[in-house]
Amino acid sequence: MQKHQELLPHLFRQEYAKIIAVLCRQFGILHIEVAEDIASEAFLKAADHWALNGTPENPCAWLYTVAKNKAKDHLKHISIFENKVQYDLISLMPDNEFGFEFNEQIIADSTLAMIFAVCNPLNSKEGQICLALQILCGFSVEEIADALLSKKETIKKRLLRARAILRNGAFEIKPLKESDISSRLNIVLKTLYLLFNEGYFSKSNNKLIRKDLCLEALRLNLALTEHELTNTPNVNALLSLMCYQSSRLDARTDNGGEKIVFNEQDKKLWDDDLIHKGNYYLVCAFTGDSASTYHLEAAIAYWHTTNDKDKWHHILDLYNQLIGINSSSSIALNRLFAVFNINGIDAAIAEAEFLDIKKNNYYHQLLAFLYTKKNPSKALKHYEQAISITRSKIERQMLRKKMLALQIENNQQPIVLGLRTNIQYDDPVTGSSTLSSVS
Amino acid sequence: MKEFAFIFRHSNIDTFHPSPEQMQERMNWLASIVAQNKLVDRGNTLSPFEGNAKTVIKQDLITDGPFTEIKEFITGYLVVRAQSIEEAIEVALANPIIKSGGSIEVREIIKRY
Repeated sequence: MQKHQELLPHLFRQEYAKIIAVLCRQFGILHIEVAEDIASEAFLKAADHWALNGTPENPCAWLYTVAKNKAKDHLKHISIFENKVQYDLISLMPDNEFGFEFNEQIIADSTLAMIFAVCNPLNSKEGQICLALQILCGFSVEEIADALLSKKETIKKRLLRARAILRNGAFEIKPLKESDISSRLNIVLKTLYLLFNEGYFSKSNNKLIRKDLCLEALRLNLALTEHELTNTPNVNALLSLMCYQSSRLDARTDNGGEKIVFNEQDKKLWDDDLIHKGNYYLVCAFTGDSASTYHLEAAIAYWHTTNDKDKWHHILDLYNQLIGINSSSSIALNRLFAVFNINGIDAAIAEAEFLDIKKNNYYHQLLAFLYTKKNPSKALKHYEQAISITRSKIERQMLRKKMLALQIENNQQPIVLGLRTNIQYDDPVTGSSTLSSVS
Repeated sequence: MKEFAFIFRHSNIDTFHPSPEQMQERMNWLASIVAQNKLVDRGNTLSPFEGNAKTVIKQDLITDGPFTEIKEFITGYLVVRAQSIEEAIEVALANPIIKSGGSIEVREIIKRY
């Protein structure tokens, strides 16, 4: 009976969200809890039934049938016991018998509509990410808390608020109209971007869950390219960016979860297949005229995959364009790294003085890096500042190691900094990191 | 900035259908053009196969062709942006078609309207 025990968690991730989307198409998003209960019951029944009778030939179809029957039972039940409101709900349905059909087209349409419903601009970006993880990706509250390095209670509260807004939004789970797309596609992309970032830059120690977040964002983004109305240049540009970044997922952390900077990564661990996919979607994203920030970031990520002699010139040129649209601190810092690669340490340090982000830990990390050879004692001061600012335990360990190495190199007495214990912080969603950064 | 048409010619019909690796190389080349913001028009592939290609001269003179046996047949085109023809040539030289015995004709575009 080993088999179904391995299969079920896997299916849950894939199918739970689909079942809810299809059921919400009939029940309306107002009754999403009913849809979730039914989907959960279907999986519970599968766990019991498959353990006794073995895994059915087509497990997905089996789950769909159970969900469909439970949905019908539910409607029958309320039509007998409750008032006219529910009666109306039933009479709204075109065909009671086939109301809960699961076919490829309906699943795809409902899933897409669900993505658009979840990405409601009225919700905070933290709320949207939690909601996306729960409703679109089938994550449990524990998994979300682990992924976002937050307390379970915080996630629960955030979800409660987000779900209230979702229900009241009354977004219909129907094939999307062009007006839905024009009004919400940018927000959808922003949410997927943040979702990916959350995985890519996550401070969580759980390597698997970080990778899961990135892959889920990729999967949802891919769903957008598979639909004619949402297969736009910006969608392709973001997908291209995610492919390039994901190609380095295995190379950028060691087994202990410690980050490995770009220059020290084992390029053999880069996933060529994803790089090729990135190239493909970058070409698909070509519009001929204006480029979004996703285009610029994808182009930067492209150059990071190459050994072109002019790559840093291209990268700096792209950052110069990007900073005109989005002057966030991470873009400014990444741009500075490009300045260093082209114009050298002094030029980069001179520009750094003009940046007003002295409270940013990456600012100090970059300056520490720049001062390492030039002025080790200044470099050490910047490491100290970075350590006092960062909220990540892994990062602190990494920075301490670097400090120690620098001190030994310069025959200095190692400074012992006050140790801080592992504190769980509430809100790691920064939204300011960019995917194109050199990591 | 000037615009240049790249006209791709193959010398061997067998290389018209690229292997997955060749396709990846082409895509990588194209991605580099996009990433430099030098692509103006993605262009198209032109079928070189008999029945899909004719040369129209006049009413009674419509020939088959291009003839793939003559070792120089056009298979596609696209348009790039560059400062000068030298820069355009540099871009063209990086295209994998050069390795497989094909060629690229680089022609500056004159805009009449």
